[in-house]
Amino acid sequence: MTTQILIAGFGGQGILFSGKLLAYKALSEGKELSWLPSYGPEMRGGTASCSVTISDEPVGSPIIDNPDVLIVMNLPSLDRYESTVKPGGAIFVDSSLVGRKVQRKDVEAFYIPATKIAQDIGASNLANIVLIGKVLKDSELSRGYLEEALKKVVSAKHPEMYDLNLKAIDAGYNYIEE
Amino acid sequence: MPEKVLMKGNEAIAEAALRAGCRHYFGYPITPQTELTAYMAKKLPKMEGGVFLQAESEISAINMVYGVAGTGKRVMTSSSSPGISLKQEGISYIAGADLPAVIVNVQRGGPGLGGIQPSQSDYFQATKGGGHGDYHLIVLTPSSVQEMADLTSLAFDLADKYRCPAMLLADGTMGQMMEPVALPEEKESGIEKPWAVTGTQMKREHNIINSLYLSPEVLEKTNFERFERYAEIEKNEVRYESYMMDDADYALVAFGIAARVAKNAITAMRKEGLKVGLIRPITIWPFPKKAIREAADKVKGFVSVELSMGQMIEDVKLAEECLRPVVLCNRAGGMIPSVDQIIKVTKELAEGGKN
Repeated sequence: MTTQILIAGFGGQGILFSGKLLAYKALSEGKELSWLPSYGPEMRGGTASCSVTISDEPVGSPIIDNPDVLIVMNLPSLDRYESTVKPGGAIFVDSSLVGRKVQRKDVEAFYIPATKIAQDIGASNLANIVLIGKVLKDSELSRGYLEEALKKVVSAKHPEMYDLNLKAIDAGYNYIEE
Repeated sequence: MPEKVLMKGNEAIAEAALRAGCRHYFGYPITPQTELTAYMAKKLPKMEGGVFLQAESEISAINMVYGVAGTGKRVMTSSSSPGISLKQEGISYIAGADLPAVIVNVQRGGPGLGGIQPSQSDYFQATKGGGHGDYHLIVLTPSSVQEMADLTSLAFDLADKYRCPAMLLADGTMGQMMEPVALPEEKESGIEKPWAVTGTQMKREHNIINSLYLSPEVLEKTNFERFERYAEIEKNEVRYESYMMDDADYALVAFGIAARVAKNAITAMRKEGLKVGLIRPITIWPFPKKAIREAADKVKGFVSVELSMGQMIEDVKLAEECLRPVVLCNRAGGMIPSVDQIIKVTKELAEGGKN
């Protein structure tokens, strides 16, 4: 099985980091994977996206034209990528930041106010991780090996961030849509 | 089998270079290869005999490489397209002085300052000269993060073996992407370098490293001797991957990221019954002429898939000796051909629309 995940938003929202978390999770699971960032020259602002392919087979092209899973953290990204998702695929939307609903009927749409939840749990810069929690719950990805992956991506200089990230994952994983 | 780690392509090159015994790196940062320079900056100063120096310019960096290469130590520089252009004079001198060195080009769109997105438009520069004079580089083209590491290791060995500079010609995608990689083992060169300038200890004649020969007879002789070595390289060091070519009616020719997209296109086309294969040059100098020529006896046509306005296609045409049509499937300026585009161009070729 091959799962292609596209994560998109503004630079600075942790788009690449959340992709890295999924990549390390796949590595821990012993799967094949590729992680490909796309961004402009700026450190913050601008648009950023990250393509993660996870597969039981060697990965062909790391470039994703039609994702199985789309995760969006701003409106321009939903506008740009909604039409590219495979029929039967899933779109995860940070509804704190994106005002509109998914228009397509042939994909599953999940809405989670990730930015607000992150603020509520005292992790205002971890909306990306809250979203990933929701993705692990409702997509074909599982929660297995999450802790192993988190240990690898959280900076050794900030070990306290591990617990906070885990809290953000749980907040997203346990969120029930209204 | 060593445990696989997740690394960016740029970092894999740097780590593989260190494991190949490279302790001297000179460079100047430029997107999309900066992670390589940064990795060396972090690691080399802590290693025994390690020297990292961020030069004031690319021209300066390549001349530092020239200097260290003369001592027989393994040495590397890296840059991206505009920076590699600046290095060309130094590369020609290194080739003219018959010194081994490894130069990495993680290409971006051009010409001029161009952009920061991936490209393969330095193919001509890498394979047909770049600098002045009659010379070649051994040019290796990685198509995965694993090959970023493996071919770096190989580049050092080949450079030492044939006393000529070797280039790793990657693209921005390869540099920026992360994949699991099994890093090569630590090793030493193992190749004697009696020509190196290391101090005579009053025990031998001076070694002189130079590329200036004012006598045309002597200069001509050095050229002919160098080309005898190039002939050996062409005989021994051609590398390519043949993918699903056994029953192929059409052959894609692609390297680097283009080859990765091409493989996806082949899977899709084979599902529709169109038998397509891939010849993926791993060395573009020496170019796998024989593999292309032999394929020409079996296939009905070739598609050269490139991130340029069509550069490798010239080598494909020369190699297949006008036996079959060769068409171009390309994007430029930082764009990458899509699976759909490759399928469309291949189908047009199959339907005989172009010849």
